[in-house]
Amino acid sequence: MRIRYSLPALASAALVLLTTAIALIAYVAPEDADQGLSQKIFYFHVPIALTAYVMFGWGAWKALVHLWRRDPAADLESYVAIHQGVIFGALTLVTGSIWAKVSWGVWWAWSSNQLVLFLVLFLFYAAYFMLRFSIEPGPRRANSSAVYAIFGVALIPVSFLAIRLANDFIHPTVFTSRGPQMSGLMFFTFCFSWAALLTLAACLYQVELAGKRLDARLRELRELLA
Amino acid sequence: MTTAEKYVAAAYLVVFLVVLAYVLIIAAKLQRLEREVAELSELARARKEKEPERKAVAVG
Amino acid sequence: MTYLADVGTLARKDLLLELRARDTLPAMLLFVLSTLVVFHFVLPGDSSKLAATGLLWVALLFTALLGLSRSFAAEREQGVIDGLVLAPSDRSAIWLGKALSILVFLGLAELLALPAFALFFADVDGSLVAGVALADLGIAAVGTLLAAVAAAGRARELLLPLLFLPLAIPIVIGGVGASVSAHSARFLGFLAVYDAIFALVCWASFEYVVTE
Repeated sequence: MRIRYSLPALASAALVLLTTAIALIAYVAPEDADQGLSQKIFYFHVPIALTAYVMFGWGAWKALVHLWRRDPAADLESYVAIHQGVIFGALTLVTGSIWAKVSWGVWWAWSSNQLVLFLVLFLFYAAYFMLRFSIEPGPRRANSSAVYAIFGVALIPVSFLAIRLANDFIHPTVFTSRGPQMSGLMFFTFCFSWAALLTLAACLYQVELAGKRLDARLRELRELLA
Repeated sequence: MTTAEKYVAAAYLVVFLVVLAYVLIIAAKLQRLEREVAELSELARARKEKEPERKAVAVG
Repeated sequence: MTYLADVGTLARKDLLLELRARDTLPAMLLFVLSTLVVFHFVLPGDSSKLAATGLLWVALLFTALLGLSRSFAAEREQGVIDGLVLAPSDRSAIWLGKALSILVFLGLAELLALPAFALFFADVDGSLVAGVALADLGIAAVGTLLAAVAAAGRARELLLPLLFLPLAIPIVIGGVGASVSAHSARFLGFLAVYDAIFALVCWASFEYVVTE
């Protein structure tokens, strides 16, 4: 089922939502009593992390579709989704690192479960691209990539559990990250920001997908004409 | 600007920069696609011109 | 029960091949021993037993990678993978057979490594052995599937470690935790969960990795 949408409409929606979100974060959301201004990074950092998870999940879903129904478009969609996930994952690590610096004074904290989890996932999905570049395009590559993408979503909860075990019992925690106690207005800003970032991710996803589809069609055209 | 403000601004700036970098990459890709389309239309035109010649030979 | 018979045949074939060729297992044994010696020189004099135990897991992980990189080599060199895939048995039997033979290799390597570790560094207790055993299951399951995936690519000796290490991180956490922490039971339980989840996923998805 191909949903009829307009890419410019999606992009405009992303623009409006993001601008509104930033305005909300800067002017409307109250400042946190404990952490002060630095808490505002949370409004982007956490939604970016959640969006990365969504993209990895979407990529795994498309991978499943590819394996089950042999949908010819699913492999490309899975690839682009994971690509977006890696971009947002890298952004998570960078914004998380900045937040760690301003909160705890260090650029990296092994005690932050979420950051460590994203590091592991980043390594995993970066290897996905190594996989795709190493195998010749074709059904073998599509199948192997799909299986690997599905492994990824299995890895997410397992890694999270492992890292939490490690930080609880092997490495003593020096800094503990308290989830921010969010008032109603803060929570609304958070959700709005997440919606804005999801729309941005969807927009970037569709743009990249359209670009890659165009590549494929031009290649086909070239073969027909040559 | 206090230190906290600098870091918060840096975090948001990074996101902005990444999106801009994306736009740049797409612009470069569009250029490449334009070039390819130009090449392919050349090929199509050349093909079209060859056709009537071929037809003439077949009849003769 | 032809499925299990197929698995048994495939595993026996790999073990017999190794018995005659004798290239993978001796390399693994020598590698793990050399690595342990290197670690002695790497660790500063006043290092704790904990540091040494951590390094043991590094040694085991890379020895496993050595064995895994060879696991589909014979099939590739003889061009036999297609024959195996076309055989009337369930494709996942190939995975299970290979994983079992890797498990045997790992076990034999650890039969040397653990006493050597006890000799060079520190005592080996029951929770360490249990952790190693459970970790072996996970390594064999995931490693075999990834070896098949990497076999289809170009720089396969590079690709296998890249694909394997992120998935091995939870295994290492589980194993080290079981070895050094006071709460070993939690980590052993976690390893069991990892093994169950990933063995199931590997078993179900191996078919797609080797067919088109």
